[in-house]
Amino acid sequence: MELIKITIDGKEVEVPAGTTIMNAADSVGINIPRLCYDPDLSALGACRLCVVEVKGNRLLPASCVTPVFPGMVVNTNSPAVVEARKTILELLVANHPLDCMTCDKLGNCKLADYCYQYGVKESPFVGEKHEYAIDDTNPFILRDLNKCILCGACVRACEEMTGQDNLSYLNRGFHRKATTAGDVDYIDSDCVFCGQCVAVCPTGALQEKTMVGQGRRWEIERVRTTCPFCGTGCNFDLAVKNGKIIGVLSNPDSTVNQRSLCVKGRFGWDFIYNEKRLTTPLIKKNGKFEEASWDEAFDLIAQRFGEIKAQYGSESFAALSSARCTNEENYLVQKFTRAVMGNNNVDHCART
Amino acid sequence: MTNAISEITTDAELMFLIGTNTTEAHPVTGYKMRQAARRGCKLVVCDPRHIDLVDEADYWLRQKPGTDIPLINGLMHIIIKEGLEDKKFIEERTENYEALKATVENYPPEYVEELTGIPVDVLYDVARLYATTDRAMIFYTLGITEHICGTRNVMSLANLAMLTGHMGRAGVGVCPIRGQNNVQGACDMGALPNVYQGYQNVALPAVKEKFEKAWGRPMPDKIGLKIPEMFEAAHEGSVKAMYILGENPVLTDPNSHHIRGGLEALEFLVVQELFLTETAEYADVVLPAASFAECDGTFSNTERRVQRVRKAIEPIPGRANWQTICEMVSRMGYPLNYESPREIWDEMASLAPSMAGINYDRLEELGSLQWPCPTTDHPGTQFMHVGKFTRGLGLFQPSDHIPPGEMPDEEYPFLLSTGRILQHYNVTTPYSKGIMSVWDKEMAELNPADAEKMGVKTGDKLKVTSRRGEVVTAIRVTDRVMPGIIWMSFHYSETPTNALTSHHLDPMTGTGEYKVCAVKLEKI
Repeated sequence: MELIKITIDGKEVEVPAGTTIMNAADSVGINIPRLCYDPDLSALGACRLCVVEVKGNRLLPASCVTPVFPGMVVNTNSPAVVEARKTILELLVANHPLDCMTCDKLGNCKLADYCYQYGVKESPFVGEKHEYAIDDTNPFILRDLNKCILCGACVRACEEMTGQDNLSYLNRGFHRKATTAGDVDYIDSDCVFCGQCVAVCPTGALQEKTMVGQGRRWEIERVRTTCPFCGTGCNFDLAVKNGKIIGVLSNPDSTVNQRSLCVKGRFGWDFIYNEKRLTTPLIKKNGKFEEASWDEAFDLIAQRFGEIKAQYGSESFAALSSARCTNEENYLVQKFTRAVMGNNNVDHCART
Repeated sequence: MTNAISEITTDAELMFLIGTNTTEAHPVTGYKMRQAARRGCKLVVCDPRHIDLVDEADYWLRQKPGTDIPLINGLMHIIIKEGLEDKKFIEERTENYEALKATVENYPPEYVEELTGIPVDVLYDVARLYATTDRAMIFYTLGITEHICGTRNVMSLANLAMLTGHMGRAGVGVCPIRGQNNVQGACDMGALPNVYQGYQNVALPAVKEKFEKAWGRPMPDKIGLKIPEMFEAAHEGSVKAMYILGENPVLTDPNSHHIRGGLEALEFLVVQELFLTETAEYADVVLPAASFAECDGTFSNTERRVQRVRKAIEPIPGRANWQTICEMVSRMGYPLNYESPREIWDEMASLAPSMAGINYDRLEELGSLQWPCPTTDHPGTQFMHVGKFTRGLGLFQPSDHIPPGEMPDEEYPFLLSTGRILQHYNVTTPYSKGIMSVWDKEMAELNPADAEKMGVKTGDKLKVTSRRGEVVTAIRVTDRVMPGIIWMSFHYSETPTNALTSHHLDPMTGTGEYKVCAVKLEKI
């Protein structure tokens, strides 16, 4: 593979031909600001925040879509670049609600982070603002297109990650919007509620509805775990605040699935807090369940299993273990059946 | 799976799907298949239903339900007739080839078209495509196994892969995408009546001795009961007591009235569960269980990948499941004094050579490991059967067509087939309020031609009756299903579809024939 030498911020960099300036910079730890760029999606070059100065080029090219050439000299942080980025951010916030103090995405909002970095408090550009109705007609995703910066990440995620092709662009210019076919609410569209659009959205335009009002992003503890539904084995983070799960957040470094999940994995976790959860042992007396202490339950089980084994022999017992439970729990159940009850009558729903 | 999910994206040139509605039952695997198809990987979908992936497919083989063996035999017939078999692989890696050849000789394309409904020219195209594509992966799920001939179906797919040398490399293999999050792990752990963890046979004296030494008790060497045999034994009175952890066979097992009868006949039943399920209602003692978010441990996915499950919140019933089991067993005079799931894993792995190299520290460092992983410096195994099969030579096991145990007739003229839908997972997601607020009831699929004949439309209700039970369901009129077929999920307790399903079982595995039984429909 042909290697090309370039200079970025005075640093010599050698990268394969065809590499973009942004990826070349990434490879030596120089971080160029970006909104529409996502390493898992096709490059779009829409937001222009990643502009850089290239020696000999009068224009400021977008580094996410500009390939390197031999001897290229790049400055990622020149006064012209900084000025351009500031202007781009001012243009973006000119038509973006500045309600960051109550926006649930703050802390995980790239737009806010860059405005902070470049000192953009408000926009000198005053003009018409969008007044889109908020789409909250489904239980999972809150869609506020007033906060959309048209980076197109949701459109690309829907097409390139999930392959659902439910999102595209409507209209031109000021009226352009990233939306469903016919501009209907998600619930009335072909949306499968995988939530990939939420996972890639850099602003508050798309949010996990269950997390709204539940906590600031920096208060959330993320606990990496494995999905409890199908056998694909997706990983995700449980979002925990004050000992309570408030949502599921996907993660690019999950081995099997990266940031992709399905409606069950991303939004089906709330069965955990269903009020029908059992919290105490139950013992059936005269055909009715009565609440019991753990001690009572354990003693009764030990007594009855013991009696039945003594009376009818070890073959009179059988155990159903569970394909939904952990390896460790399954190990214990088969060990119990074999070592204590004395038979191999242990099975689980692999066959049924 | 012999191979890994990532190979769909990175290696496969052809995906041959049979009996798997991947985008609904295993969505994230399904996304990868879509991505692969769109980058130019060929896709063959064999399914009686018009599943989503049909729209991405190069070929859709809409076989009649229960005709998978003749379909696969028909493909092999063409491959052999045209000399497209991998002679070197057959010679060096397999045995019993002559028997396979003799069996599939009897499945010429015209006969196969008659049995399966798939046109001869499509059979030729797909046989040639599969045989001549270097990296071709076979995927299947319960559409293959939930038949009276499920094991034979699987063997037929293995025959097809071996015949064409599609084994032991990246981008090939036979890949069952397993259903539940930890069905692979539950098997790996020896929650099976014939093997200990790591598939060590309970009947082997050396294995028995090993576990007697490890666990300090005499070990039974008689193969135990499979689930259907357990309920049969409960009916007969030879099984008197059961412990059931996290399963709801009343909703999920076929022919549920029979299951209920078995549970009723028990003298003592303990159920450890999240909810007071239909099965837990039969219990004498119910122990509250902790959910996946409340326990540390591991799950093993369909590609043998062991991954961590981490406790995010305190157990809602106050105890993690492993603690509950340990206490229950300890009270029976067999102390289990583990400090943590890590210790349980370590003991398990010390007794299972294929997983001996996996431990929590390595999982923390690497994220996951695929067994076989015999030593702590072993990187894990992405694809299996390199150079040789576990048994040495791959054994061709030819099968003839075995029709379903029960087919529609005059009295029960419709064929019922069952499966999962995207929005639900078995019988847990109905406890998700978010999901239930949108997808709250069974919507059985019925072909427009049948709907018209019966004078019903989407949203109407039908009574569905089989020889074993009846349920009421709303319907969705759609040509996803063929005329003469009604398709239902089994997620909703209000429409317990398994009251209808077949009592026929695969004789080798005891798996129920969920995919085919005969029903009648009445408008109500």
